[in-house]
Amino acid sequence: MAKQNSSHELKGQSLGAKKQNLNLIGKPYRRVDGESKVTGGTIFADDYQAPRTCFMRLVRSTVPHATIKSIDTTKAAKMPGVLGFLTGREMPIPFGILPVSHDEHALCIDKVRFVGDPVVAVAALTEDQAAEAALVVEVEYTPLATVASVVEAIKEKDDLIQDYGDDGNIHKRVSMEFGDVDAGFEDADVILEDDFFFEGNTHLPMEQHATVAIPEPDGKVTLYSSTQTPHYLHRSLTKVLELPASHIRVIAAPNGGGFGGKSDPFNHEVAAAKMALKLGRPVKIGLNREEVFYCHRGRHQVQGYIRTGFKKDGSITAQHLKTALDGGAYGSYGVASTYYTGALQTVTYKLPKYRFESLRAFTNKPPCGPKRGHGTPQPRFGFETHLDKAAHKLGIDPADIRLNNLVEPNTVTANYLKIGTIGLRKCIEAVIEGSGWRERYGKLPEGRGLGLACSSYLSGAGLPIYWNHMPHSGVQIKLDRSGGVAVFCGETEIGQGSDTVLAACVAEVLGINLKDIRLCVADTDLTPVDLGSYSSRVTLMVGNAAIQAAERAKEMIAKAVAKKLEVPPSRLGFADRRVFDVENPETGMDWPEAVIAAESEFGTLGTTGSYTPPRSPGRYRGAGVGPSPAYSYSACVLEVEVDVHTGMYEVKEVWMGHDVGQCINAASVMGQIEGSIYMGLGEATMEEMVYRRLPKNRSNALVHKFPSMLEYKNPTFLDMPKMTSYVIEDPDPNGPFGAKEVGQGPLLPMMPALANAIFDAVGVRIDQVPIGPHMVLDALEKKARGQNPRFGPKAFPTYDFGTPLNVPTEAEGGDGKATNVEDAGLRKDRGTMPEHKKGGARS
Amino acid sequence: MTDGMTTATLTINGEDRTVVFPTHHTLLEVLREECALTGTKHGCELGECGTCTVLIEGKPVLSCLVLAVEVVGQKVETVEGMKTGNELHPLQSCFADMGAAQCGYCTPGILMAAQALLEANDSPTEAEIREALSGNICRCTGYNKIIQAVAWAGAKMRGDLNYRPSDEDIFGADIPEGVTRG
Repeated sequence: MAKQNSSHELKGQSLGAKKQNLNLIGKPYRRVDGESKVTGGTIFADDYQAPRTCFMRLVRSTVPHATIKSIDTTKAAKMPGVLGFLTGREMPIPFGILPVSHDEHALCIDKVRFVGDPVVAVAALTEDQAAEAALVVEVEYTPLATVASVVEAIKEKDDLIQDYGDDGNIHKRVSMEFGDVDAGFEDADVILEDDFFFEGNTHLPMEQHATVAIPEPDGKVTLYSSTQTPHYLHRSLTKVLELPASHIRVIAAPNGGGFGGKSDPFNHEVAAAKMALKLGRPVKIGLNREEVFYCHRGRHQVQGYIRTGFKKDGSITAQHLKTALDGGAYGSYGVASTYYTGALQTVTYKLPKYRFESLRAFTNKPPCGPKRGHGTPQPRFGFETHLDKAAHKLGIDPADIRLNNLVEPNTVTANYLKIGTIGLRKCIEAVIEGSGWRERYGKLPEGRGLGLACSSYLSGAGLPIYWNHMPHSGVQIKLDRSGGVAVFCGETEIGQGSDTVLAACVAEVLGINLKDIRLCVADTDLTPVDLGSYSSRVTLMVGNAAIQAAERAKEMIAKAVAKKLEVPPSRLGFADRRVFDVENPETGMDWPEAVIAAESEFGTLGTTGSYTPPRSPGRYRGAGVGPSPAYSYSACVLEVEVDVHTGMYEVKEVWMGHDVGQCINAASVMGQIEGSIYMGLGEATMEEMVYRRLPKNRSNALVHKFPSMLEYKNPTFLDMPKMTSYVIEDPDPNGPFGAKEVGQGPLLPMMPALANAIFDAVGVRIDQVPIGPHMVLDALEKKARGQNPRFGPKAFPTYDFGTPLNVPTEAEGGDGKATNVEDAGLRKDRGTMPEHKKGGARS
Repeated sequence: MTDGMTTATLTINGEDRTVVFPTHHTLLEVLREECALTGTKHGCELGECGTCTVLIEGKPVLSCLVLAVEVVGQKVETVEGMKTGNELHPLQSCFADMGAAQCGYCTPGILMAAQALLEANDSPTEAEIREALSGNICRCTGYNKIIQAVAWAGAKMRGDLNYRPSDEDIFGADIPEGVTRG
């Protein structure tokens, strides 16, 4: 008999899984796609080849903000191989990921909003021909004033980038207050305030986005695309193409990395589908690296202000946080990103009263969106560096100020987030033990330092992107007499290992091998809806749906086998591809025999499983952002060596503790932790999206400084320090086998841990990331001159956020609702864009 | 394109293939488009990311920076040639077991660079592995698993079949004494 997953050579199992007596979960087994990925066998979107494929290129705007005066394709149409063109007028219906900001068109119609905004699509027989033709399409523009920053966006009242928003070029404005914050500050012994700045950065997945659109003989259309969210792409295509959803099929190819960068429906995807329907033949578009920078949807640049009241013992009495997000030219996930820069401040340390004000500005740059950690790394950087300063001010060890104020499990925060398990204490204890914190912090020689920071992240967003009462994730299982188990689920493999989680949960419940399972995933025609690979939702939601479907199959099989063996179903065990009497293990049958028994008893076998997150207690506007079935926790200690003469620094070692609830696959969990450390270190030390205005005589365009991989610095094999990771398993009742997320959380503490370590090393504060050596040197020079030894932003932009929405906390007798909806101006019809605007949504 | 086409015989993974392609096309384009060897990936097509690495006469080369016409008469190896029959190369099985391929997009290029390293030196130090692979970017793994997988494959190739990566690299470090239990 085949042993469980004999293809892998690594032994052992995580402690938590051993405790739960699990067979497969918690072991370091080979991923279900492991072999295809090491042989070149995985078919990514651009690898897909269909007969008669032609190739599409996009003509992109060369100016940052302008109305389109004319488009002339006459010359281009005469180029060899050219098959056809599309302009924006052929796809007038807008789309976008959030129902409140359907502000994108597949191709720009009247105006362009950033350098790279697509204007015309060209199709030709070969990729070269399409590129050549695209070069001779003539587009004339009438320039408009450009907006390069939040401050400019607040000032520019005439040339608005979008025709909707809360206030001129301000896309979204948020002001809310949880509890009596002024009273909280009155109670404080010490009040600290800080300004911080987080430069935007991008995902830089190794795979450039690609799409193949294939018209079907019956008038339908199929898309293979590198998307993290096939379901939302499906909805956008339905809306723009004005076809019934059942006539459009979206298949998400395995993504060559996503990190949030492939979570929006994109112009090129919609245009490819339209072109395929127009030409009646398959159309492929593969973006080049420069275009990937234009798609962006990366980390928002955020300037922040944080003010916190502390008691002498380090406990927090109140906090006021302000964030200003540079959103780029379109909405994308921006409304959610805006709320996320405030929502998770409350889930790590007890924060009884909290005021949050935020704005997101439209600027003439590629749109920002969700990148790993979505909106939370920026305020987390502000909070954790601020807390480090508070610890020093109060004479408390930075580890203790955290350990003494941790949120209690099974409580509700000031902003009505329901906390279940919290393994943060163990994470902190592990990294301070591992790094020798107690013996070494504050005592290392000049130039060497340790920094500590913590964080938390969602295991899936509690609410879907569009309002509905349907499951967030669905799984179907088909079993038959072969013993083969086919599992259908809309989940999308972006490299994180979601296919393996799906298969492993089913295999564990049924006691079978991964190789007994055939997966069919991410296909809107064939698989039940899963909302997509974002917000670290897949392990928890797909895992739970898979377990439910598998338990239902198990129940049917148990009934049939129990009848044959004449034992009660409750006495049957499922393991090692057998179903057996646990009191008499020799009595039983092989897996295929057991399925035959069930198929004989019940006829054709199939089950389903669904998952919908529990309802969150918040009832105020904005309460939809932040709730999660479970929060993961991370703590990081980082050691740095700083050269005081140059400001150059080197990260020597990183200790990371992450509360994953329960490992599903030990090898994958470690890969996610180490990958998060890597990406966090990139953000802390070098990754940035920087723009500049070209001189007036050279078009005055607002362009990327670095739209290439060589210029966009990112860590290589030679840049990574030693990493010591502690996998903390604190099973959460809402997680599958207790599992929480691991893909995003461990990135978050890296940036503040570095800034805090630099302070320990040389006594200067860098309130900005990425931290450049010149910033360290500048602060060291200030220190030598007796000035404030700090490098960071000046004051937060002046802006009137209006009357805050007041939400009394649970401790104040609140019920989760706001008390002043009218005063806060939220009932007025302004700001958010209804989904039906300009052409209307089709359902 | 309007310029000329070339007909040439390329030797790829030990097999001669006669292909017709635009003369200006890179080896990367010809491998993927004319030979349907899509295992070799593209990440920038400007020589910045290492994703398209193949071996030419055993040396790692960025196939996006080489014209196909330049390699006529030379031995080209791609990820599709790594297996022996249906058996994975030690690098492939170690990458799969370690989880050193996550999204897997950079993996073919890294496997090629690692193969060149191990064929020259089957006992590389960690520093030697890092240096040999430093032209290849991976955004998923943080590199550690790749380094451990290459070291493990080197052990297999030199006949050390008992070698295993440390438990710390698989399960994480032991939780230190004194950490709150339960």
